Amino acid sequence: MGPILTLLAQRIALSLLLLLMVSALIFAGTLILPGDVAQSILGQSATPEALANLRAELGLNEPAISRYFSWLSGIFHGDLGTALTSGQDIAASIGSRLSNTLFLAFWAALISVPLAIFLGLLSVRFKDRWPDKLISAVTLTSISIPEFLIGYVLMYLIAVKLGWFSSVAMINDGMSLGQKLNAIALPVMVLTLVVLAHMMRMTRAAILNVMQSAYIETAELKGLSGLDVIRKHAFPNAIAPIVNVVMLNLAYLVVGVVVIEVVFVYPGMGQYLVDHVAKRDVPVVQACGLIFAAVYIGLNMIADIVSILANPRLRHPK
Amino acid sequence: MNDQIAFMTRCVTTGRMTRREFIGRSAALGIGAAMANTIYAQAARAADPVMGGTIKLGMQGGSTTDSLDPALTTNAAGLMLLRLWGEPLVEQDDDGGLQGKVAESYEGSDDAVTWRFRIRKGITFSNGQEVTPDDVVATLQRHSDDESKSGALGLMRDIKDIRVDGQDVVIELNAANADLPYLMSDYHLLIQPGGGKGAPDAAIGTGPYILKDVDMGVRFVAEKNPNYWGDLGYADTIEILVINDDTARVAALQSGQVDLIDRVPPRTAGLVARAPNINVHKTSGPGHYVFIMHCDTAPFDNNDLRLALKYAMNRQEMVDKILFGYGSVGNDTPINASYPLFSEMEQRTYDPEKAAFHYKKSGHDGSVLLRTSDNSFPGAPDAAALFQQSAKAAGIDIEIKREPNDGYWSEVWNAQPFCTSYWGGRPTQDQMYSTAYLSTADWNDTRFKNEQFDQILLAARAELDQAKRKQMYADMGKIVHDEGGLICPMFNDFVEASSTRVSGFIEGIPGQILMNGYAPHRMWVNA
Repeated sequence: MGPILTLLAQRIALSLLLLLMVSALIFAGTLILPGDVAQSILGQSATPEALANLRAELGLNEPAISRYFSWLSGIFHGDLGTALTSGQDIAASIGSRLSNTLFLAFWAALISVPLAIFLGLLSVRFKDRWPDKLISAVTLTSISIPEFLIGYVLMYLIAVKLGWFSSVAMINDGMSLGQKLNAIALPVMVLTLVVLAHMMRMTRAAILNVMQSAYIETAELKGLSGLDVIRKHAFPNAIAPIVNVVMLNLAYLVVGVVVIEVVFVYPGMGQYLVDHVAKRDVPVVQACGLIFAAVYIGLNMIADIVSILANPRLRHPK
Repeated sequence: MNDQIAFMTRCVTTGRMTRREFIGRSAALGIGAAMANTIYAQAARAADPVMGGTIKLGMQGGSTTDSLDPALTTNAAGLMLLRLWGEPLVEQDDDGGLQGKVAESYEGSDDAVTWRFRIRKGITFSNGQEVTPDDVVATLQRHSDDESKSGALGLMRDIKDIRVDGQDVVIELNAANADLPYLMSDYHLLIQPGGGKGAPDAAIGTGPYILKDVDMGVRFVAEKNPNYWGDLGYADTIEILVINDDTARVAALQSGQVDLIDRVPPRTAGLVARAPNINVHKTSGPGHYVFIMHCDTAPFDNNDLRLALKYAMNRQEMVDKILFGYGSVGNDTPINASYPLFSEMEQRTYDPEKAAFHYKKSGHDGSVLLRTSDNSFPGAPDAAALFQQSAKAAGIDIEIKREPNDGYWSEVWNAQPFCTSYWGGRPTQDQMYSTAYLSTADWNDTRFKNEQFDQILLAARAELDQAKRKQMYADMGKIVHDEGGLICPMFNDFVEASSTRVSGFIEGIPGQILMNGYAPHRMWVNA
């Protein structure tokens, strides 16, 4: 098991390095925003004294490098700083927003990932027959329509016309799990429709690729049924590319749902970030950027690790 | 016919018919509008308010970055929140007058320099503390302090001294101002314990509701204040949801998630009103869309050219096509009937012949450059194109230059000689004219400099005789109408909607959105 541990350690170290580089990039990005931060917070009517006070308070008089390292060391201690607009501790206020975003992403993933893989398998089984064509047509249509439009259409049909689910996906701590699930039903549906096609098409392509192999023919010749061949022989060998695309879509579910959050008034990270960008609340923007980057890098790292573990040649080196 | 009226009256009582519908249908029965209005008012009163229940609002405006400090409130959701938990000294009433809130009465000295507010005895803040004149003084000081970031700071600049005298609070001004009590109704100026100096965002005030649950930019829950001194508030609980997306807000109302929403887009208001369980309400407010010319810059320094352009504006077409009927025609002054002391003036209408006459007299040659942008007001580029067409009929060539939204307010508005823009209005005529039409005003965006106008403005501010003041404002309106650089084609209405689950919406209450912000207090959940 020596070499594989080394491989994994290397991969994790690489991710951490990448995250460090991203943090530098985020910090630099907020530095090159036009205008002085203190000026943009206080507005045009700011007095010189107030500007000087705020600059000192924000530590803007120190060189950028030392500010970067004090920000970074704060993060290692779990201190994301305080928001300029509300003066609240960022870690505390992001906490509930992040957990809301993860809650929505979790349920969307729980439905969309198994569904996508199942539909992908089904398409392979009935390749070029009507079920395959129907599945491809429906999923490709839904990925081609802008997500906010799908949101509006579902809102009109399901919430306004049928009255089944709520059009406002606002959740709060006072709600039971059942009420919460009822509230997020529509956004989960939209997100499922949006991410389905990508994962389903990848599953289909990867398995079809494997299906060309000689050992699949052997399996068929020894008399296994179509779905059994896919399940036992094709799927395990196609797992790496599938996990890759699944992880990419999970990352999207966490970091890319700003539009859906706005349309369904969902109190998640996206809305929180947009509000603070509008007010130039730099510490909050930095913190959100870093969290999004960490999610993205982390999920990609998991995909890579699964690929490594799923590859017998890496698991059992000669 | 009596059956028909009885049926319609029932519809009004149960909230299924709006005032406009009622009057429209009455007209079909041959009943005059004045009579119909009276019947409507009786029917609306006959609906007895029901106590209890929850009213849910879906509001536009509101962000995660907002603060509960009344001094820092800027948006519509924030205004509705302030109305729940706090009260100013005085508040506008339904007829544009003033009613006492924390102050039970007020009086000014004959020279309108010293004002005395009698503080209501025995009322308490929601933390149980009794309201004292000291709290009032501390509050007003907090908003007038030079370091203050309060949105009301501009109103407080003329205050020289604020002091306690027994149960009274005395405000001393630098210069006479007959409108001071109106300024005290500003929504930022909520009376807080100790002036809110220690904890400005504690949301403790004398209002009819108490905030229970606060999630900034997302959701607020308020419950009835059991110790409230007045008789405002029917519902036990009021919930405010921030829904910034227009479509989502309307859908939330249609699907019954909320009972009341603000800012229905005029483009779709007609469609929304068709749903059987929804009433759309419109209220004219002081907000208006403008085309502004700099009176001191060529070619607009020529009053004949300004008049030519004013006559070339088809105001009714603007109201129909830009506001979709949710508004009223302007008359080239910033004032309409929503202001106290308003007086009617002859309406200027589209007249290509007069426009051509003045255009010829001005001696102007060539085209006139008009700058516009999407964010100068909703539909501004379309309005500019309509204006171009109506002016063409009078032989005036208008060239339209589309400017980017970014930087419009710093590069174009108040900088270029002719552009489109909007005004939200002010509580009094004095405020509106002082902000944008006084020669020395920073925001004099028409560069209107008229000595006579300035003199009347300052004299009217010190005039306590309301009849005389009214005449003065009429004179000022006439000057702006005839000589100003303002082309005001339309006043935009507040368009709001409620579901039939709630009743009690009254259209036409002057002031801010949603019945001057008191719709949740004055509406009730049907039994």
